[in-house]
Amino acid sequence: MTTMLPAALRAPFASGGANAIDAQLANRLLGIALEAGGDYADIYFEFRVSADYALEEEQVRTLGRGITLGLGVRVMRGDATGYAYCEDLAWEKMAHAARTAGQIALGGGHPPVNVGTLVNIPTPSFYAVPTPSLMVPAPDKLALLRAADRAARAYDKRIVKVEASFVESIKEVLLFTSDGRMATDVQPLLRFGVRAVAEENGKRQSGSGGGGGRYGMEYFEQAMRDAASHGQEAARVALAMLDARDAPAGEMPVVLAPGDSGILLHEAVGHGLEADFNRKETSNYTGQIGKDVASKLCTVVDDGTIVGSRGAINIDDEGYTGQYNTLIENGVLVGYMHDRLSAKHYGIKPTGNGRRESFRSMPLPRMTNTSLLGGKDNPEDIVKSVKRGIYAKRFSGGQVNISNGDFVFSLSESYLIEDGKITAPLKGVNLIGNGPDVLRRVDMLGSDFELSDGIWTCGKDGQSVPVNVGTPTVRIASITVGGTQA
Amino acid sequence: MSAAQVTEATVKELCDAAQLAVELALKAGADHAEVLVRDGSELTAKVRLGEAELVQEAGSRALGLRVLRNGKRAVTYTSDLRRDALESLCAETVTLADLAEPDEFALPPDPALLAKILPELDLYDPAVAEVDAAWALKQAIAGEAAARKHDARVTNSEGATWSRVLGATAFATSGGFVGGYRGSYASLVVEPLCDDTTDPTTPKKRNGYWWSASRFLAEIDPADQIGIEAARRTVATLGSRKVETQECAIVFDPEIARSIVGTIFSVANGSAFWRKSSYLVGREGELIASKLVTIVDDPLIPRAPGSKPFDGDGLATRKNTVVQAGVLSPVLCDVYSARKLGRESTGSAGRGIGGNPGPTTSNLVMQAGGISRAELLRTTKKGLYVTGLMGFGFNPITGDFSRGAQGFWIENGELTFPVSEVTIAANFDEILKRIDAVADDLTMRSSTAAPTFRVSHMTIAGTSQ
Repeated sequence: MTTMLPAALRAPFASGGANAIDAQLANRLLGIALEAGGDYADIYFEFRVSADYALEEEQVRTLGRGITLGLGVRVMRGDATGYAYCEDLAWEKMAHAARTAGQIALGGGHPPVNVGTLVNIPTPSFYAVPTPSLMVPAPDKLALLRAADRAARAYDKRIVKVEASFVESIKEVLLFTSDGRMATDVQPLLRFGVRAVAEENGKRQSGSGGGGGRYGMEYFEQAMRDAASHGQEAARVALAMLDARDAPAGEMPVVLAPGDSGILLHEAVGHGLEADFNRKETSNYTGQIGKDVASKLCTVVDDGTIVGSRGAINIDDEGYTGQYNTLIENGVLVGYMHDRLSAKHYGIKPTGNGRRESFRSMPLPRMTNTSLLGGKDNPEDIVKSVKRGIYAKRFSGGQVNISNGDFVFSLSESYLIEDGKITAPLKGVNLIGNGPDVLRRVDMLGSDFELSDGIWTCGKDGQSVPVNVGTPTVRIASITVGGTQA
Repeated sequence: MSAAQVTEATVKELCDAAQLAVELALKAGADHAEVLVRDGSELTAKVRLGEAELVQEAGSRALGLRVLRNGKRAVTYTSDLRRDALESLCAETVTLADLAEPDEFALPPDPALLAKILPELDLYDPAVAEVDAAWALKQAIAGEAAARKHDARVTNSEGATWSRVLGATAFATSGGFVGGYRGSYASLVVEPLCDDTTDPTTPKKRNGYWWSASRFLAEIDPADQIGIEAARRTVATLGSRKVETQECAIVFDPEIARSIVGTIFSVANGSAFWRKSSYLVGREGELIASKLVTIVDDPLIPRAPGSKPFDGDGLATRKNTVVQAGVLSPVLCDVYSARKLGRESTGSAGRGIGGNPGPTTSNLVMQAGGISRAELLRTTKKGLYVTGLMGFGFNPITGDFSRGAQGFWIENGELTFPVSEVTIAANFDEILKRIDAVADDLTMRSSTAAPTFRVSHMTIAGTSQ
């Protein structure tokens, strides 16, 4: 990591900081955490600075900034977790948190385990951002908001309203574990968003555009990722939807556009392959390793190492490096995504998927960047192959029931396919399917794999983490489309 | 450990901190400052298959500052409440505000409207604080055990969780408001799991849940009762299947009915109105729902989960009607959205630590109707009784509504087999107007509540004929 941060963005617990936490001090805290008889403990320090800027009605309306500092202490005894946190680096407060978390092991504990010698884990560099955007003066970011606003308005006179936002953060973490690991990471993140409303003959529709990732301001220098392009995209979608007609209802073929459609994958199989659900035998994919769970065309990976991607992680929140993990290979389930607890249960190495929203929460197996890899079909041929179906282009989100595998995902831009041609735009509609079922029905896969521009946030057990998704053009032979035209 | 009681002294201390920050902000150059301070603690005790899985205990404190200067505004927050940290936060916030553009509507509320005497709403129960982790675990274990014992088809569990939050909130403004209150809240949720081998070629898991929550410990249902209801609800979903695509009646279980009521608020508030991001814009005073629909937002119900003595602008809270016999009342507003619409606030401002105020609900309740749930079902010839919704398929601008659903098929007035993996869709305007029966089974289980109600018809998308 070559980033040089100014003092205001440096964590007070970092070496050289106002309240530097060193291995010796961490060792003492871990000792306290394990006093009552825990098997394992870790301490997660987090310092996060964030800022947000919003434009509405052609004016920069609000600027915001926030600072969060705290530490979380986790103690484990068997599969049970004790967790406590505090927002103060004063020794007494930290020791109290360590003792509170350690109580999980009270009664029935064994003599305290010794804390190993803390050794630094080398940190890879999947987001070496030379200048985090927080170091750039605010007016530069306000200029981006104005550029997006102007571009969306200039796109068409029917655009009557534009909102633009820029959210940025930098998070520094420092982690110590009782099995002797010590790791640190600085995680930049930015997200740019535009929403446009189009109006014509009393009809109103909205569209959105945006992106981001673990970048500095250089993000906006990439092709089609400048502020104006995002503004134009929002305008384009809003205008396209003005003519939207009622969507059909029932089972039919669906062609997914590349990129954002990865949401389907994230919901349909991603969550079900998080190992906690399988360890507890609450997932449909429990006990399915080595079995066919998808069409032969499908290879699904979770890759925390994609440089600059919103879901990339140098180290996860348990101190394991981000990795490339194959989950499904040619239709066969080959692995789950693990945190430390589930990896121990399955007797394998952690996969770098132990993530948490903040120091206030314990880590869970979570996705990073989840993709369905590209196939061999020409994307145009895929659309041509459909007599009557849906072309799904943009999505507003999705949700899954892990247990029975049912998932929905919501289309914000979709079209009818008639006789192999993309025709009328359709009103917002949900697709509903069953995860394993739908992946078995993937029967054409494009050669045009795309990673989504970074906008997605995944929620699980009340914890949000940034993720990314990717797919090529995909044909699903049949899925239920939730329109109104029966 | 039981938690330290949140006392009136805690509230006073937070009020002082808020007032200090207001003073510092004015000193730093703000024309107007508003400070929200929250202090809270949580206990979460989760068990699974009879064993403790997680005990989480912690407290936290945060301060949010909003300043206005030359008609420009900025919002910041911190967890560091020391004086020197607050001084630098105030200076930084004022600098940020200077970068914004002036907004003629961003003015402090008229001081005459600020809440003067705060009602005592009885929102804090010391007994909730006295609970320790061991007792909480016992409750969770009892709830889960009752679920597993109730029915042998409950083969696994996603666990049971007992949790509580205790907290105090204080708010102060340079316009002269200062006030605070404390609150408690506790809940137990049980989540059983069944193996569904109805179709042996594709075995599935079926999950379900049931819960009880209150500000008062004694008002939470007994753990075994929650467990049994959770088991009953979960087992009932065994053998769920799709139905054919068709139009039919839709009956919403109260658990889901309340989310529909929440959706009504999302398009009937001042913020959505001035932004014109609601299909209801311009329709106040008009019939927007069936005459059977009356919805009230009441922040002054003693002991209720959503009650509060003052709003996010420091105004007195009051009972407001949202929909009266199908007619849309003036929408709920905070001070800013009211100004944008050229009217007065309804005392409905909500405010988070790091954000601007905006309209919110307190206890949002759809009033009970005149027939029993049994009668409502009995008069439904064919339809879907919805116990779960999934996804985000609602467009507030157009009212288009399409969401994943699960529940039970109604045939000749009886609940028959369980249904899943279908969607229900219609325009929201039509959904509200098609409500043709509202039951009398309203209970105030949560801050948004509704009785069972029926929509005469919507489109179900499922299998093709």
